[in-house]
Order: sequence, then C-alpha cells, then structure tokens
Amino acid sequence: MPKKDRMSGNEAVAYAIKQINPDVMPAFPITPSTEIPQMVSSYIANGEVDTEFIPVESEHSSMSAAIGAQAAGARTLTATSSAGLALMWEELLLAASNRMPLALALVNRTLSGPININCDHTDSMGARDTGWIQIYAENNQEVYDNFIQAYPIAEHKDVHLPIMICQDGFITSHAVENIELMDDDVVKEFVGEYEPEEFLLNPGKPMAVGPYAISAYAMEARKNQEIALENSKDVIWQVAKEYEKISGRKYGFFEEYRTKDADYIMLIMGSAAGTAKQAVDELREQGKKVGVLKLRVFRPFPAKEIAAALSRCKAVAIMDRCESYNGNGGPLGSEVTAALFRNKVMIEAVNYIYGLAGRDFTVENVFDIFAQLDDAVTSGTEIEQYQYIGLRK
Amino acid sequence: MNNLNLKEIMNKPERLAPGHRMCAGCGATIGVRAVLRALHEGDYAVIGNATGCLEVSTYMYPYTAWEDSYIHNAFENAGATLSGVETAYKALKKKGKIPEDVNYKFITFGGDGGTYDIGFQSLSGAMERNHDMVYVCYDNGAYMNTGIQRSSATPMYADTTTTPVGSQSNGKMQNRKDLAAIIAEHDVPYVAQTTLTTDFKDLHRKSEKAIYTEGACFLNMMAPCPRGWQYDTSEIMKICKLAVDTCYWPLFEVDHGKWILNYEPKKKLPIEDFLREQGRFKHLFKKGNEDLLVQFQQEVDRRWENLLYRCARED
Repeated sequence: MPKKDRMSGNEAVAYAIKQINPDVMPAFPITPSTEIPQMVSSYIANGEVDTEFIPVESEHSSMSAAIGAQAAGARTLTATSSAGLALMWEELLLAASNRMPLALALVNRTLSGPININCDHTDSMGARDTGWIQIYAENNQEVYDNFIQAYPIAEHKDVHLPIMICQDGFITSHAVENIELMDDDVVKEFVGEYEPEEFLLNPGKPMAVGPYAISAYAMEARKNQEIALENSKDVIWQVAKEYEKISGRKYGFFEEYRTKDADYIMLIMGSAAGTAKQAVDELREQGKKVGVLKLRVFRPFPAKEIAAALSRCKAVAIMDRCESYNGNGGPLGSEVTAALFRNKVMIEAVNYIYGLAGRDFTVENVFDIFAQLDDAVTSGTEIEQYQYIGLRK
Repeated sequence: MNNLNLKEIMNKPERLAPGHRMCAGCGATIGVRAVLRALHEGDYAVIGNATGCLEVSTYMYPYTAWEDSYIHNAFENAGATLSGVETAYKALKKKGKIPEDVNYKFITFGGDGGTYDIGFQSLSGAMERNHDMVYVCYDNGAYMNTGIQRSSATPMYADTTTTPVGSQSNGKMQNRKDLAAIIAEHDVPYVAQTTLTTDFKDLHRKSEKAIYTEGACFLNMMAPCPRGWQYDTSEIMKICKLAVDTCYWPLFEVDHGKWILNYEPKKKLPIEDFLREQGRFKHLFKKGNEDLLVQFQQEVDRRWENLLYRCARED
C-alpha cells in the first residue's frame, strides 16, 4: 500500500534512490544538493542499500567516475547543483555521446557571479545542449515520481541516454511537503534490473569505449545520438503511462492547467508553476480566462505539442528562470517562439525573465503579467517582447 | 619472481595488437606491451587511457588494438574514470552479477600531460581513495600529442615548442616535478619508477607487483619520444640505459612506505652522456653554455643523493 508521509524534495529523491538500490554513486557535495549523497551514505552505513559510494574529489571526477561505472555495467547516478554541474560540462557531453543511461539528481541553483546559493535554472539551462534528457518538477511528489521513471526512460534500448531529474533548490529541495510514497517492491519491479547489452565487465566479450573517430564517422555518431533523443519522446510517454498504472498519477511532456478555453496562458517550469496556478485560480474567480502550461520535459523539447497546446489562445507569457545573454531573451523564450513560428501559430508571445538567484516570484507578478497580455491583445498596446519581472525599482 | 624466464614472458600472447598508429621508436607502445605482459593468463582486464598519443593511435573507430576491455573518457580524468570502473566491479561482484571465479584487473595509462598536469587532481583523488587499480604514467617529458609543449615533467633546459631555445632562452627554466615521490606521499601500497631496460625485468617485475598488489598502485615509466627528444628511433634502448646509468632516471620502488633502490650503476656516468644523444639538449653543448651542463649535473646529483638518503632510512 502506498504510504502518506511528509518530506523535503532532497529526502524524496534519496528515498527513491533507496528504493531503486542502484549500484554506484560518485558524488561531491554542493549546496543545495549535498543532502542527497549524505542520505545515501547513511543508507549505506546502515546496510539499507547495496550501493557503492565514491567520495570523489570534484564534480568533474564524479561524472567521470559515473561514466566509468556505467560503462562497466553498473546502474549509476550522481547528484549536484550549480557550479558542480558547470564543472561537469565536458563530461556531460561524454556521458551522452558514449550513450550512458545514468541518472543525475539536479537541485537547481544559480551560477556565479555574484556567488549565490539560491534557485534559478541557469545551471541546467547551461547544460541544455549536452544531449541529456531533462525533466523538471513542480513539487516534492513530482521529483520523487520523476526519479522513479528516470531509469526506465534512460535505459530503454531505443534511448540509451543520460537523464537529469531537476528540482528547484531550497524551494522544493528543502521545503517539507506531504507526499505519497510507493511500496519498495512496487518501485523495484517498475524500475527492474539493469541488463546492459554491452559492458566492460563482460568476461570473454571485451568492449572498447570512447574512440577517436575521423570526420568520415563522427557525424553519423552525432546523428544517431539525435535520433535517440527523438526516440525518448515516445519512451517518456510509455513510461508515464505505466507509471500512472502503479501510482495513479498522470504525467506527460507538460501539464495543462485550466488552459482549455484560456485566452492567456503562462508557460512556466518548476516550482513557480504552483504560484502561477494559485494566481490563475484567483483570476478565474474574477471571470478571466487564463491558464498555465507547466513544462515538465524540456529535453527532448516537445515543440509541436507546445505549439498545438498554445494554438487556441491569444497570447502566451513564456517564463524563463534563466538569462541566456543572447540579447534576445531566455532559453525557453527562444525555443517556444521558434516552435510557434515553425508550426505557424502566430500569437502574441512575450518572454519574461523571473526569479533569478532566488528572487521571489509572487501571485502579484502573475497578475501583472496577465494584465499586460490582456492590455496588449485588447487595446493593441505595444508590449516589450523580452522583459524582466520582479526587479527592484 | 626472481627467476623470470624472459623468453617465456616475451612469448606470451600480445594484449596490444599490432596495426596501431604509434610512431616507430616510441617508448610508450613498448612500455604498454611490457606492462600488459605482467597480467596473468586467464585474468581479465579493463584498460583505461587518458587522451593522448596512445589513445588516438590505438582506438580509432572502427578499429581497436586492445584485446581487453578499454575505456577512454577524456584528458584529465583517467584516474576518476577507472575508479568508477573498479567500483562497479566491486558492486557487481557483491550482487553476484560477475561470477566469483572471474578475476578483473584495472590498469590505466596516461602521458605526463594527462598525469602530472591536467589529470593530477583526478589521479590524486583515485590514489587517496585507494581503488584497487594501477595507474601507469608513460612519461615522455612533454605534451607530445599536441606537438612537444613543455609539461611539469619536462627537464630543465629542454627545448620544447613552448620553451623554445632562442637568443634570450635556454629552454625550460624550471626543474621537473618528482611525481613518483608525490604519489608515494599519498601513502598508497606501491609506487615504482621504471623504464625500458634491455632485459625488461625491472618493468615486468614492477608491473606484476603493481597489478597484483591490492589497492592503488602507481608506476612512473620513462618512455622516450623520438619526435620530442630528437633521437634516432633505433637508439631508444641506448637512451633508456643512459638515463639509468647517469642516475637521471633512477630505478626505485616504494613498497608500503619503504623506499628501495633497485639499481645503482657501478660507475655513475656524467649527465652529458644522456643529453648528448638528444636534439632537445643540443644547445647545452654550444660554447659558452658549459655552466648549464654543470647546473644540470648538480640537479641530477641532488636528486640522486636525496633518493639514496630515502632508501637508506631504517623504519
């Protein structure tokens, strides 16, 4: 029987790790993800898991060791945040291009400078083109559920790619919430045993990993990797469907909250979706047709599906918890507008940068944004297409 | 161990197949083959490799020269990568996923760039954690793969492409880092310095000892590079012998903290004998540079005395 409990987001991830009982975890501490390796170390110290922990001397080494362990045939994971992910960057590319289905519990934190330990999505957005699958959570229940789905997605024979399960630093990682936990045996059966087709520790069947490839071969390797990422879309759906059967909780590429008849939609990712939903509920009571599209899967980017979901509204606010310093908007701003254009959905699409380095994002901010969109559509007021919300005056 | 049958050892099946793309007269390839000969028949191995000449020349898709499982990850992380592989072995053995009678050994190779410099942190971490593995540095004293740039293993006054000899320069200004001593200070079970000697016994014995000693072991193997050192490819064994007989590259080991000198030349040759064979030191023999040779000799002597002192110490 599933059991009701309350725990923080970090505890929820650690609990999922305990239930999965992976083989190897190299990790290096960094706020706010530190608790995850600490908790796994405690499980090991108390004989609750079989996992081997490698207390590496840096995050570059944690991802390097993770690649080694995964290539050797072990189910592997690590956890990190912020500068830790940045230090791994070279190895993130190698994990993906070597087609290692390892999992990374990312607790989103901003990058320096100025140095700051609080949440935004700068770290994972900086790694958005490294070939990893990226799945985001609004709350503790979601990050728990997402982590349990991680290996079945990553290890699927049509995918074989690493997966990053993201949650918002402190906002969900440290806040204690109600949660429903599944039984250990249900989780174990759902995730299954890791049975790689090829691995280093396969007596009599040696394998070589990490070749030099000349130009005549390297481009095909990149294309195959891209095909695998496209394949993961179907697999993410299948795994979500299977997961619904055991949990009763429904997942997809995104959640559409009161969007059916909405004139204005806020597209947002992570914990701030909760704030947006609260504001939408209040505005709906005033008769305003507004909704939220909460993006769960950022990589692979579900461009067509997003465009279709936005095709009936008059305007969308695209919310980026990250600046991309391209002078033209945030990462979601660029990708969502490209998706709309390519699918010929010609609606007003305004890109807002919010919540950087832990800046509060409030219900009032959401009211202001929907008011701006309404003003632009109904009165034809010119609207700044790329702007910051919640800056000090 | 004392009764090594050279012929028998040399006739063991090769674990690095011919057909790779390493240069003729390259010390790394000869050394790697010798290390692999120390693996007992029937034992499996996973070979790690830092980015470098050895890696790009032995595993060029779709061909590999390695008979054993092999992993190259990146330049600076051969230590960490193999520590992941070794830990996976422990985890899978514990879970019964690898048969009990199957024995795997873990050996990683890196040049001095990947070991002394960019991979130093990763190496230090892997050694301190005492993974059951051997890290073999093939030390050719510069970044040869990128075209002979200086490293912290490059000896003073060597002519490299980032310390070129010129009207205002006599080559590299600094002494080389003593990596074997640094790793010995990690308190690992076994560290040895070795090179290619005519009978290969020193390298073979130390490789076997490192591979079959539990815990993290480190071999620093001098491996001359004909391009970087500028010698005739057929002269490699002579150069190695001169390195040892001038005490430029002493053969020693540190076995569970005990420093042991493995070879003391009957007659310590002057350092000029070693330097003269190599184009990278030819400026030292120009008129007016006599004092540089004196300084070089003094540094060799200082290190040699220091080693003798360490080896003489009773614990």
